[in-house]
Amino acid sequence: MSGLTFTLKYRPDQRVDMSPLVYQKLAKLEPAEIASLTLQNGKRKSRVDELFGISGSDATNMVIKNSFGKLDFIGRELEGGSIKIEGDAGAYLGLGMKSGAIKVSGNADIFAGCEMKNGCLEIAGDAGDFLGAALPGNKMGMKGGTILVKGNAGERAGDHMRRGNILIEGNAGDYCGSRMTAGTIAVMGQTGQYLGFAMRRGTLLLWNPPALSASFNDCGAHTLSFLPILFASFKKLNSRFAAASAAFNRVQRYAGDMSEMGRGEVLVKITHPGF
Amino acid sequence: MNINGVAIDATFAEAFPMKATRALITAQNEKWALIAAQTMTGFATSVIACGCEAGIERVLAPSETPDGRSGVSIMIFAMGGKGLAKQLETRAGQCVLTSPTSALFSGIDGGTRIPLGKNLRYFGDGFQVAKLIDGKRYWRIPVMDGEFLTEATTGQVDAIGGGNFLVLAQSQPQALAACEAAIEAMRKIPNVIMPFPGGIVRSGSKVGSKYKALNASTNDAFCPTLKGMTKTELSADIESVMEIVIDGLAKEDIDKAMRAGIQAVCDLGADNGVTRISAGNYGGKLGPFHFHLQEIMA
Repeated sequence: MSGLTFTLKYRPDQRVDMSPLVYQKLAKLEPAEIASLTLQNGKRKSRVDELFGISGSDATNMVIKNSFGKLDFIGRELEGGSIKIEGDAGAYLGLGMKSGAIKVSGNADIFAGCEMKNGCLEIAGDAGDFLGAALPGNKMGMKGGTILVKGNAGERAGDHMRRGNILIEGNAGDYCGSRMTAGTIAVMGQTGQYLGFAMRRGTLLLWNPPALSASFNDCGAHTLSFLPILFASFKKLNSRFAAASAAFNRVQRYAGDMSEMGRGEVLVKITHPGF
Repeated sequence: MNINGVAIDATFAEAFPMKATRALITAQNEKWALIAAQTMTGFATSVIACGCEAGIERVLAPSETPDGRSGVSIMIFAMGGKGLAKQLETRAGQCVLTSPTSALFSGIDGGTRIPLGKNLRYFGDGFQVAKLIDGKRYWRIPVMDGEFLTEATTGQVDAIGGGNFLVLAQSQPQALAACEAAIEAMRKIPNVIMPFPGGIVRSGSKVGSKYKALNASTNDAFCPTLKGMTKTELSADIESVMEIVIDGLAKEDIDKAMRAGIQAVCDLGADNGVTRISAGNYGGKLGPFHFHLQEIMA
Protein backbone atom coordinates (compact mmCIF):
# COMPACT_ATOMS: atom_id res chain seq x y z
CA MET A 1 0.00 0.00 0.00
CA SER A 2 1.58 3.25 -1.11
CA GLY A 3 1.52 6.38 1.01
CA LEU A 4 -1.38 8.79 0.73
CA THR A 5 0.06 11.46 -1.55
CA PHE A 6 -1.25 14.98 -2.14
CA THR A 7 0.31 16.63 -5.17
CA LEU A 8 -0.36 20.37 -5.36
CA LYS A 9 -1.87 21.17 -8.77
CA TYR A 10 -1.14 24.91 -8.78
CA ARG A 11 0.08 27.54 -6.33
CA PRO A 12 -2.97 29.35 -4.96
CA ASP A 13 -2.65 33.09 -4.37
CA GLN A 14 -4.07 32.83 -0.87
CA ARG A 15 -2.77 30.84 2.07
CA VAL A 16 -4.21 27.36 2.64
CA ASP A 17 -5.06 25.87 6.03
CA MET A 18 -3.88 22.25 5.78
CA SER A 19 -4.93 21.22 9.30
CA PRO A 20 -7.61 18.68 8.22
CA LEU A 21 -4.99 16.60 6.42
CA VAL A 22 -3.55 14.69 9.37
CA TYR A 23 -3.42 10.97 10.10
CA GLN A 24 -6.00 10.94 12.87
CA LYS A 25 -8.58 12.64 10.65
CA LEU A 26 -7.86 10.74 7.45
CA ALA A 27 -7.17 7.21 8.69
CA LYS A 28 -10.78 6.07 8.53
CA LEU A 29 -11.88 8.03 5.47
CA GLU A 30 -12.46 6.64 1.96
CA PRO A 31 -10.54 8.33 -0.91
CA ALA A 32 -13.71 10.06 -2.09
CA GLU A 33 -14.34 11.44 1.36
CA ILE A 34 -10.79 12.77 1.55
CA ALA A 35 -11.21 14.41 -1.87
CA SER A 36 -14.39 16.14 -0.74
CA LEU A 37 -12.92 17.62 2.45
CA THR A 38 -12.65 21.38 2.32
CA LEU A 39 -9.62 23.47 3.15
CA GLN A 40 -9.76 27.15 4.10
CA ASN A 41 -8.10 28.97 1.21
CA GLY A 42 -7.87 32.67 1.95
CA LYS A 43 -11.45 33.77 2.62
CA ARG A 44 -13.05 30.90 0.73
CA LYS A 45 -13.06 27.13 1.05
CA SER A 46 -11.59 24.78 -1.54
CA ARG A 47 -12.11 21.05 -1.92
CA VAL A 48 -8.96 18.99 -1.42
CA ASP A 49 -9.18 17.60 -4.95
CA GLU A 50 -9.44 21.12 -6.35
CA LEU A 51 -5.99 21.90 -4.96
CA PHE A 52 -4.34 18.51 -4.93
CA GLY A 53 -4.05 15.40 -7.04
CA ILE A 54 -4.58 12.47 -4.64
CA SER A 55 -2.98 9.06 -4.95
CA GLY A 56 -2.17 6.19 -2.60
CA SER A 57 -4.17 5.35 0.48
CA ASP A 58 -1.85 4.72 3.42
CA ALA A 59 -2.48 7.65 5.76
CA THR A 60 0.32 6.55 8.07
CA ASN A 61 2.81 7.58 5.38
CA MET A 62 1.49 10.82 3.97
CA VAL A 63 3.34 12.79 1.30
CA ILE A 64 2.71 16.37 0.19
CA LYS A 65 4.35 17.07 -3.17
CA ASN A 66 5.04 20.44 -4.81
CA SER A 67 4.53 22.05 -1.41
CA PHE A 68 5.26 25.78 -1.07
CA GLY A 69 5.35 28.43 1.61
CA LYS A 70 1.64 29.23 1.66
CA LEU A 71 0.52 25.82 2.89
CA ASP A 72 0.01 26.59 6.59
CA PHE A 73 -0.80 24.34 9.55
CA ILE A 74 0.57 21.17 7.96
CA GLY A 75 0.48 18.36 10.55
CA ARG A 76 -1.50 20.40 13.05
CA GLU A 77 -1.95 18.34 16.26
CA LEU A 78 -0.71 15.30 14.37
CA GLU A 79 -1.30 12.08 16.28
CA GLY A 80 0.59 9.20 14.68
CA GLY A 81 1.82 8.54 11.19
CA SER A 82 4.34 10.53 9.26
CA ILE A 83 4.10 13.42 6.82
CA LYS A 84 6.79 13.97 4.22
CA ILE A 85 6.71 17.40 2.63
CA GLU A 86 8.48 17.85 -0.70
CA GLY A 87 9.17 21.56 -1.01
CA ASP A 88 8.62 24.33 1.54
CA ALA A 89 6.06 24.44 4.33
CA GLY A 90 4.10 27.48 5.41
CA ALA A 91 3.54 28.84 8.89
CA TYR A 92 2.53 26.79 11.93
CA LEU A 93 4.02 23.54 10.64
CA GLY A 94 3.34 20.77 13.20
CA LEU A 95 1.48 23.16 15.49
CA GLY A 96 0.75 21.28 18.73
CA MET A 97 1.70 17.93 17.21
CA LYS A 98 1.25 15.06 19.65
CA SER A 99 3.18 12.22 18.05
CA GLY A 100 4.47 10.97 14.72
CA ALA A 101 7.00 12.51 12.40
CA ILE A 102 7.08 15.39 9.93
CA LYS A 103 9.89 15.89 7.42
CA VAL A 104 10.24 18.93 5.20
CA SER A 105 12.71 18.90 2.32
CA GLY A 106 12.72 22.70 2.04
CA ASN A 107 12.16 25.60 4.41
CA ALA A 108 9.46 26.16 7.02
CA ASP A 109 7.87 29.49 7.81
CA ILE A 110 7.20 31.05 11.23
CA PHE A 111 5.98 29.14 14.29
CA ALA A 112 7.13 25.71 13.10
CA GLY A 113 6.77 23.12 15.89
CA CYS A 114 4.96 25.71 17.89
CA GLU A 115 3.48 24.29 21.15
CA MET A 116 4.51 20.85 19.96
CA LYS A 117 3.90 18.11 22.54
CA ASN A 118 5.80 15.12 21.20
CA GLY A 119 7.08 13.50 18.03
CA CYS A 120 9.80 14.50 15.64
CA LEU A 121 9.88 17.48 13.27
CA GLU A 122 12.72 17.63 10.76
CA ILE A 123 13.33 20.64 8.55
CA ALA A 124 16.01 20.16 5.91
CA GLY A 125 16.15 23.85 5.05
CA ASP A 126 15.70 26.94 7.21
CA ALA A 127 13.05 27.60 9.85
CA GLY A 128 11.33 30.93 10.38
CA ASP A 129 10.95 32.89 13.60
CA PHE A 130 9.37 31.45 16.74
CA LEU A 131 10.49 27.88 16.07
CA GLY A 132 9.04 25.63 18.83
CA ALA A 133 7.62 28.70 20.53
CA ALA A 134 4.28 29.53 22.15
CA LEU A 135 1.46 31.12 20.20
CA PRO A 136 1.25 34.87 20.86
CA GLY A 137 -0.27 35.41 24.28
CA ASN A 138 0.33 31.84 25.41
CA LYS A 139 2.81 31.05 28.16
CA MET A 140 3.89 27.58 27.16
CA GLY A 141 5.80 26.73 24.00
CA MET A 142 7.08 23.37 22.93
CA LYS A 143 6.41 20.73 25.60
CA GLY A 144 8.20 17.68 24.23
CA GLY A 145 9.63 15.89 21.22
CA THR A 146 12.47 16.90 18.95
CA ILE A 147 12.80 19.58 16.29
CA LEU A 148 15.77 19.25 13.95
CA VAL A 149 16.67 22.12 11.62
CA LYS A 150 19.45 21.42 9.17
CA GLY A 151 19.64 25.01 8.00
CA ASN A 152 19.25 28.17 10.03
CA ALA A 153 16.51 29.18 12.45
CA GLY A 154 14.99 32.62 12.69
CA GLU A 155 14.52 34.78 15.77
CA ARG A 156 13.00 33.68 19.06
CA ALA A 157 13.65 29.95 18.57
CA GLY A 158 12.28 28.14 21.63
CA ASP A 159 10.45 31.16 23.01
CA HIS A 160 8.62 30.02 26.18
CA MET A 161 9.83 26.45 25.52
CA ARG A 162 8.95 24.03 28.31
CA ARG A 163 10.54 20.66 27.42
CA GLY A 164 12.04 18.72 24.49
CA ASN A 165 14.94 19.35 22.13
CA ILE A 166 15.47 21.90 19.39
CA LEU A 167 18.55 21.03 17.34
CA ILE A 168 19.83 23.58 14.86
CA GLU A 169 22.70 22.59 12.59
CA GLY A 170 23.07 26.12 11.22
CA ASN A 171 22.72 29.50 12.89
CA ALA A 172 20.03 30.77 15.23
CA GLY A 173 18.69 34.31 15.09
CA ASP A 174 18.36 36.85 17.89
CA TYR A 175 16.58 36.01 21.15
CA CYS A 176 17.28 32.29 20.82
CA GLY A 177 15.81 30.53 23.89
CA SER A 178 14.06 33.65 25.09
CA ARG A 179 11.72 33.20 28.06
CA MET A 180 12.54 29.49 28.11
CA THR A 181 11.12 27.54 31.07
CA ALA A 182 13.06 24.32 30.41
CA GLY A 183 14.25 22.02 27.66
CA THR A 184 17.33 21.97 25.47
CA ILE A 185 18.30 24.02 22.41
CA ALA A 186 21.50 23.02 20.64
CA VAL A 187 23.03 25.28 17.99
CA MET A 188 25.99 24.16 15.91
CA GLY A 189 26.37 27.46 14.08
CA GLN A 190 26.32 31.03 15.35
CA THR A 191 23.77 32.61 17.66
CA GLY A 192 22.49 36.17 17.53
CA GLN A 193 21.94 38.92 20.07
CA TYR A 194 20.00 38.57 23.34
CA LEU A 195 20.62 34.84 23.64
CA GLY A 196 18.46 33.29 26.39
CA PHE A 197 16.73 36.58 27.06
CA ALA A 198 14.68 36.18 30.29
CA MET A 199 15.17 32.42 30.33
CA ARG A 200 14.19 30.81 33.64
CA ARG A 201 15.56 27.28 33.27
CA GLY A 202 16.73 25.09 30.40
CA THR A 203 19.92 24.50 28.48
CA LEU A 204 21.38 26.28 25.46
CA LEU A 205 24.12 24.06 24.09
CA LEU A 206 26.43 25.91 21.72
CA TRP A 207 29.32 24.95 19.49
CA ASN A 208 30.50 28.56 19.12
CA PRO A 209 31.04 31.29 21.72
CA PRO A 210 27.96 33.55 21.88
CA ALA A 211 27.56 37.25 22.50
CA LEU A 212 26.16 36.95 26.01
CA SER A 213 24.20 39.58 27.89
CA ALA A 214 25.58 40.98 31.15
CA SER A 215 22.90 39.00 32.99
CA PHE A 216 24.65 35.67 32.30
CA ASN A 217 27.37 34.74 34.79
CA ASP A 218 30.38 32.56 34.08
CA CYS A 219 30.37 29.36 36.18
CA GLY A 220 33.65 28.04 34.76
CA ALA A 221 34.78 25.09 32.66
CA HIS A 222 33.30 21.68 33.45
CA THR A 223 33.04 18.09 32.27
CA LEU A 224 29.34 17.26 32.47
CA SER A 225 28.32 13.61 32.55
CA PHE A 226 24.81 14.13 31.18
CA LEU A 227 26.19 15.32 27.84
CA PRO A 228 27.28 11.87 26.56
CA ILE A 229 23.78 10.58 27.35
CA LEU A 230 22.22 13.54 25.55
CA PHE A 231 24.45 13.01 22.50
CA ALA A 232 23.71 9.28 22.53
CA SER A 233 20.01 10.14 22.22
CA PHE A 234 20.80 12.06 19.00
CA LYS A 235 22.34 8.98 17.36
CA LYS A 236 19.07 7.87 15.81
CA LEU A 237 18.68 11.19 13.96
CA ASN A 238 19.61 11.74 10.36
CA SER A 239 21.79 14.68 11.32
CA ARG A 240 25.24 16.01 12.00
CA PHE A 241 24.20 15.86 15.66
CA ALA A 242 24.30 12.06 15.38
CA ALA A 243 27.97 11.90 14.39
CA ALA A 244 30.33 10.66 17.07
CA SER A 245 32.60 13.58 16.25
CA ALA A 246 29.80 15.97 17.22
CA ALA A 247 29.75 14.79 20.83
CA PHE A 248 31.60 16.58 23.61
CA ASN A 249 31.34 16.76 27.36
CA ARG A 250 33.69 19.62 28.19
CA VAL A 251 31.92 22.97 28.34
CA GLN A 252 32.08 26.50 29.69
CA ARG A 253 28.96 27.00 31.79
CA TYR A 254 27.16 30.33 32.05
CA ALA A 255 24.13 30.71 34.32
CA GLY A 256 21.26 33.02 33.57
CA ASP A 257 19.19 34.95 32.84
CA MET A 258 19.95 36.56 36.20
CA SER A 259 17.36 39.24 35.50
CA GLU A 260 14.88 36.37 35.72
CA MET A 261 14.98 33.20 37.82
CA GLY A 262 18.54 32.53 36.62
CA ARG A 263 18.47 28.74 36.72
CA GLY A 264 19.04 28.39 33.01
CA GLU A 265 22.42 27.64 31.51
CA VAL A 266 24.40 28.32 28.38
CA LEU A 267 26.93 25.56 27.76
CA VAL A 268 29.63 26.40 25.24
CA LYS A 269 31.82 23.71 23.76
CA ILE A 270 35.47 23.98 24.78
CA THR A 271 37.36 23.23 21.60
CA HIS A 272 40.61 22.13 23.21
CA PRO A 273 39.63 20.12 26.25
CA GLY A 274 42.33 19.74 28.80
CA PHE A 275 42.01 18.78 32.42
CA MET B 1 23.19 -38.93 44.01
CA ASN B 2 26.94 -38.69 44.15
CA ILE B 3 29.15 -36.42 42.01
CA ASN B 4 32.93 -36.90 42.18
CA GLY B 5 32.61 -38.45 45.64
CA VAL B 6 30.33 -35.67 46.93
CA ALA B 7 26.89 -36.81 48.11
CA ILE B 8 23.98 -34.65 46.98
CA ASP B 9 21.20 -34.85 49.55
CA ALA B 10 17.66 -35.62 48.42
CA THR B 11 16.38 -32.38 49.84
CA PHE B 12 15.39 -28.93 48.69
CA ALA B 13 16.25 -25.34 49.48
CA GLU B 14 13.33 -23.25 50.52
CA ALA B 15 12.97 -19.73 49.21
CA PHE B 16 10.43 -16.95 49.54
CA PRO B 17 9.04 -14.10 47.39
CA MET B 18 10.81 -10.75 47.53
CA LYS B 19 10.85 -7.47 45.65
CA ALA B 20 14.02 -6.55 43.82
CA THR B 21 15.61 -3.68 41.97
CA ARG B 22 18.82 -3.08 40.10
CA ALA B 23 20.91 0.07 39.77
CA LEU B 24 23.99 0.85 37.73
CA ILE B 25 26.73 2.88 39.37
CA THR B 26 29.40 4.49 37.22
CA ALA B 27 32.47 6.47 38.15
CA GLN B 28 35.71 7.87 36.78
CA ASN B 29 37.21 4.38 36.88
CA GLU B 30 36.34 0.86 38.00
CA LYS B 31 38.02 1.37 41.36
CA TRP B 32 35.65 4.19 42.32
CA ALA B 33 32.60 2.51 40.82
CA LEU B 34 33.38 -0.52 43.00
CA ILE B 35 33.91 1.61 46.08
CA ALA B 36 30.48 3.23 45.63
CA ALA B 37 28.89 -0.15 44.92
CA GLN B 38 30.49 -1.86 47.89
CA THR B 39 29.43 0.99 50.16
CA MET B 40 25.88 0.95 48.86
CA THR B 41 25.53 -2.82 49.28
CA GLY B 42 27.26 -2.93 52.66
CA PHE B 43 25.39 -4.10 55.77
CA ALA B 44 22.85 -5.86 53.58
CA THR B 45 23.43 -9.55 54.19
CA SER B 46 20.03 -10.58 55.46
CA VAL B 47 16.57 -9.08 55.75
CA ILE B 48 16.50 -10.42 59.30
CA ALA B 49 18.15 -7.25 60.56
CA CYS B 50 19.53 -5.24 57.63
CA GLY B 51 16.23 -4.25 56.04
CA CYS B 52 17.37 -5.62 52.70
CA GLU B 53 19.76 -7.97 50.99
CA ALA B 54 22.08 -6.40 48.45
CA GLY B 55 25.12 -7.25 46.45
CA ILE B 56 27.18 -6.57 43.39
CA GLU B 57 25.85 -8.44 40.37
CA ARG B 58 28.81 -7.73 38.11
CA VAL B 59 31.32 -5.18 36.85
CA LEU B 60 30.28 -3.37 33.66
CA ALA B 61 32.54 -2.39 30.79
CA PRO B 62 32.35 1.27 29.69
CA SER B 63 30.49 0.15 26.55
CA GLU B 64 27.69 -1.26 28.72
CA THR B 65 27.01 1.82 30.83
CA PRO B 66 24.73 4.75 29.98
CA ASP B 67 27.45 7.37 30.31
CA GLY B 68 30.30 5.36 28.80
CA ARG B 69 32.33 5.12 32.01
CA SER B 70 33.30 2.08 34.06
CA GLY B 71 30.45 0.80 36.13
CA VAL B 72 29.03 -1.77 38.48
CA SER B 73 25.59 -3.34 38.53
CA ILE B 74 24.09 -3.82 41.99
CA MET B 75 20.84 -5.46 43.09
CA ILE B 76 18.79 -4.91 46.21
CA PHE B 77 16.15 -7.34 47.52
CA ALA B 78 13.60 -6.66 50.25
CA MET B 79 10.47 -8.30 51.61
CA GLY B 80 8.15 -5.56 50.31
CA GLY B 81 8.08 -2.70 47.83
CA LYS B 82 7.88 0.01 50.46
CA GLY B 83 10.89 -1.28 52.33
CA LEU B 84 12.82 -1.71 49.11
CA ALA B 85 12.15 1.85 48.03
CA LYS B 86 13.25 3.18 51.42
CA GLN B 87 16.46 1.13 51.42
CA LEU B 88 17.27 2.11 47.84
CA GLU B 89 16.79 5.77 48.52
CA THR B 90 18.76 5.97 51.75
CA ARG B 91 21.60 3.87 50.36
CA ALA B 92 21.72 5.87 47.12
CA GLY B 93 21.72 9.11 49.07
CA GLN B 94 24.29 8.19 51.68
CA CYS B 95 26.58 5.92 49.67
CA VAL B 96 26.46 6.87 45.97
CA LEU B 97 25.62 10.57 46.03
CA THR B 98 28.52 10.97 48.44
CA SER B 99 31.02 8.85 46.49
CA PRO B 100 33.48 10.86 44.33
CA THR B 101 32.75 11.04 40.59
CA SER B 102 29.78 8.66 40.81
CA ALA B 103 26.64 8.61 38.70
CA LEU B 104 23.59 6.40 39.23
CA PHE B 105 21.28 4.85 36.64
CA SER B 106 18.30 2.54 36.46
CA GLY B 107 19.14 -1.11 35.93
CA ILE B 108 15.64 -2.35 35.13
CA ASP B 109 13.46 -0.93 32.38
CA GLY B 110 9.78 -1.39 33.07
CA GLY B 111 8.53 -2.92 36.31
CA THR B 112 7.00 -0.69 38.95
CA ARG B 113 8.93 2.56 38.93
CA ILE B 114 10.41 3.48 42.30
CA PRO B 115 12.45 6.58 43.13
CA LEU B 116 16.19 6.38 42.52
CA GLY B 117 17.33 9.99 42.39
CA LYS B 118 13.85 11.49 42.28
CA ASN B 119 14.00 12.63 45.89
CA LEU B 120 17.77 13.00 46.13
CA ARG B 121 17.34 16.02 43.91
CA TYR B 122 16.28 18.08 46.91
CA PHE B 123 19.89 17.89 48.07
CA GLY B 124 20.46 20.33 45.20
CA ASP B 125 18.63 22.99 47.21
CA GLY B 126 16.94 24.45 44.16
CA PHE B 127 20.04 24.37 41.95
CA GLN B 128 19.22 20.87 40.64
CA VAL B 129 18.42 20.51 36.94
CA ALA B 130 16.12 17.94 35.35
CA LYS B 131 16.79 16.55 31.89
CA LEU B 132 14.34 14.34 30.05
CA ILE B 133 16.36 12.33 27.52
CA ASP B 134 14.72 9.61 25.40
CA GLY B 135 11.80 9.37 27.80
CA LYS B 136 14.02 8.97 30.87
CA ARG B 137 14.24 11.70 33.47
CA TYR B 138 17.64 12.49 34.88
CA TRP B 139 18.58 14.82 37.70
CA ARG B 140 21.78 16.82 37.70
CA ILE B 141 22.57 17.69 41.29
CA PRO B 142 25.41 20.17 41.87
CA VAL B 143 27.96 18.74 44.32
CA MET B 144 31.42 19.80 45.40
CA ASP B 145 33.29 17.60 42.90
CA GLY B 146 31.15 18.70 39.96
CA GLU B 147 27.73 17.31 39.23
CA PHE B 148 26.00 14.15 40.47
CA LEU B 149 23.95 12.68 37.64
CA THR B 150 21.18 10.27 38.56
CA GLU B 151 18.21 8.78 36.82
CA ALA B 152 14.95 9.69 38.56
CA THR B 153 13.56 6.17 38.86
CA THR B 154 14.42 2.53 38.50
CA GLY B 155 12.30 -0.60 38.13
CA GLN B 156 11.03 -2.82 40.91
CA VAL B 157 10.15 -6.41 40.03
CA ASP B 158 9.00 -9.58 41.78
CA ALA B 159 11.92 -11.78 42.77
CA ILE B 160 12.93 -14.71 44.93
CA GLY B 161 15.16 -14.67 47.97
CA GLY B 162 16.75 -17.37 50.05
CA GLY B 163 17.83 -19.95 47.47
CA ASN B 164 20.70 -21.79 49.14
CA PHE B 165 22.89 -24.82 49.52
CA LEU B 166 25.15 -26.09 52.27
CA VAL B 167 28.68 -27.34 51.76
CA LEU B 168 29.68 -30.00 54.29
CA ALA B 169 33.42 -30.64 54.55
CA GLN B 170 35.97 -32.43 56.66
CA SER B 171 37.63 -29.21 57.80
CA GLN B 172 36.97 -25.47 57.98
CA PRO B 173 39.67 -24.51 55.41
CA GLN B 174 38.28 -27.10 52.98
CA ALA B 175 34.70 -25.87 53.43
CA LEU B 176 35.84 -22.31 52.76
CA ALA B 177 37.93 -23.23 49.72
CA ALA B 178 34.97 -25.12 48.22
CA CYS B 179 32.61 -22.21 48.82
CA GLU B 180 35.09 -19.76 47.33
CA ALA B 181 35.22 -21.88 44.19
CA ALA B 182 31.42 -21.94 44.10
CA ILE B 183 31.14 -18.18 44.46
CA GLU B 184 33.65 -17.59 41.67
CA ALA B 185 31.50 -19.70 39.34
CA MET B 186 28.22 -18.20 40.50
CA ARG B 187 29.33 -14.59 40.00
CA LYS B 188 29.28 -15.29 36.26
CA ILE B 189 25.51 -15.93 36.34
CA PRO B 190 23.35 -12.85 35.66
CA ASN B 191 20.31 -11.75 37.70
CA VAL B 192 21.55 -13.16 41.02
CA ILE B 193 23.45 -11.93 44.04
CA MET B 194 24.97 -13.78 46.96
CA PRO B 195 24.44 -11.19 49.71
CA PHE B 196 26.55 -12.60 52.56
CA PRO B 197 30.19 -11.64 53.25
CA GLY B 198 32.14 -12.75 50.22
CA GLY B 199 28.98 -14.59 49.21
CA ILE B 200 29.33 -17.13 52.01
CA VAL B 201 27.50 -17.47 55.33
CA ARG B 202 29.00 -19.51 58.17
CA SER B 203 26.07 -19.00 60.53
CA GLY B 204 23.15 -20.51 58.69
CA SER B 205 19.93 -20.15 60.65
CA LYS B 206 16.81 -22.12 61.31
CA VAL B 207 13.35 -20.63 61.66
CA GLY B 208 12.48 -19.74 65.27
CA SER B 209 14.32 -19.76 68.55
CA LYS B 210 13.86 -20.76 72.18
CA TYR B 211 13.89 -17.02 72.86
CA LYS B 212 10.54 -15.45 72.01
CA ALA B 213 12.12 -12.23 70.72
CA LEU B 214 14.03 -13.98 67.95
CA ASN B 215 12.63 -15.19 64.62
CA ALA B 216 15.75 -17.10 63.67
CA SER B 217 18.55 -18.81 65.49
CA THR B 218 21.59 -20.98 64.81
CA ASN B 219 20.94 -24.04 62.68
CA ASP B 220 22.00 -26.45 65.42
CA ALA B 221 21.41 -29.54 63.27
CA PHE B 222 24.35 -28.41 61.10
CA CYS B 223 26.63 -27.10 63.87
CA PRO B 224 29.57 -29.50 64.09
CA THR B 225 30.34 -28.76 67.75
CA LEU B 226 26.82 -29.87 68.73
CA LYS B 227 26.98 -33.26 67.02
CA GLY B 228 26.66 -35.08 70.34
CA MET B 229 23.99 -32.91 71.95
CA THR B 230 21.31 -32.15 69.36
CA LYS B 231 19.42 -33.95 66.59
CA THR B 232 22.32 -33.56 64.21
CA GLU B 233 22.36 -33.80 60.43
CA LEU B 234 26.10 -34.35 60.41
CA SER B 235 28.11 -37.53 60.22
CA ALA B 236 31.21 -38.02 62.36
CA ASP B 237 33.66 -36.96 59.60
CA ILE B 238 32.13 -33.52 59.02
CA GLU B 239 33.85 -30.74 60.90
CA SER B 240 32.61 -27.62 59.13
CA VAL B 241 29.54 -26.45 57.18
CA MET B 242 29.13 -23.28 55.18
CA GLU B 243 26.13 -21.98 53.26
CA ILE B 244 25.70 -19.97 50.10
CA VAL B 245 22.50 -17.94 49.89
CA ILE B 246 21.22 -16.75 46.51
CA ASP B 247 18.68 -14.05 45.71
CA GLY B 248 17.55 -13.89 42.10
CA LEU B 249 15.04 -12.30 39.79
CA ALA B 250 13.49 -15.63 38.74
CA LYS B 251 13.52 -19.30 39.74
CA GLU B 252 15.50 -20.15 36.60
CA ASP B 253 18.24 -17.67 37.55
CA ILE B 254 18.63 -19.24 40.99
CA ASP B 255 18.56 -22.73 39.43
CA LYS B 256 21.44 -21.78 37.16
CA ALA B 257 23.44 -20.19 39.96
CA MET B 258 22.94 -23.19 42.27
CA ARG B 259 23.94 -25.58 39.53
CA ALA B 260 27.10 -23.60 38.73
CA GLY B 261 28.02 -23.36 42.41
CA ILE B 262 27.37 -26.99 43.30
CA GLN B 263 29.21 -28.12 40.19
CA ALA B 264 32.26 -26.07 41.19
CA VAL B 265 32.20 -27.62 44.65
CA CYS B 266 31.85 -31.13 43.22
CA ASP B 267 34.74 -30.46 40.83
CA LEU B 268 36.96 -30.14 43.91
CA GLY B 269 35.38 -33.38 45.08
CA ALA B 270 35.95 -35.72 47.97
CA ASP B 271 39.73 -35.47 47.45
CA ASN B 272 39.54 -31.91 48.75
CA GLY B 273 37.54 -32.85 51.82
CA VAL B 274 34.07 -32.01 50.51
CA THR B 275 31.69 -34.70 51.72
CA ARG B 276 28.12 -33.59 51.08
CA ILE B 277 25.88 -30.92 49.63
CA SER B 278 22.67 -30.23 51.49
CA ALA B 279 20.19 -27.35 51.68
CA GLY B 280 18.24 -25.22 54.11
CA ASN B 281 14.98 -27.12 54.24
CA TYR B 282 12.57 -25.80 56.84
CA GLY B 283 9.74 -28.22 56.20
CA GLY B 284 7.75 -25.68 54.21
CA LYS B 285 7.78 -23.06 56.99
CA LEU B 286 9.96 -20.55 55.17
CA GLY B 287 8.56 -20.13 51.69
CA PRO B 288 6.77 -21.49 48.65
CA PHE B 289 9.74 -21.83 46.27
CA HIS B 290 11.54 -25.17 46.50
CA PHE B 291 14.87 -25.87 44.81
CA HIS B 292 15.46 -29.62 44.74
CA LEU B 293 19.19 -30.25 44.69
CA GLN B 294 19.09 -33.53 42.80
CA GLU B 295 16.74 -32.09 40.14
CA ILE B 296 19.04 -29.11 39.66
CA MET B 297 22.10 -31.35 39.27
CA ALA B 298 20.33 -33.97 37.15
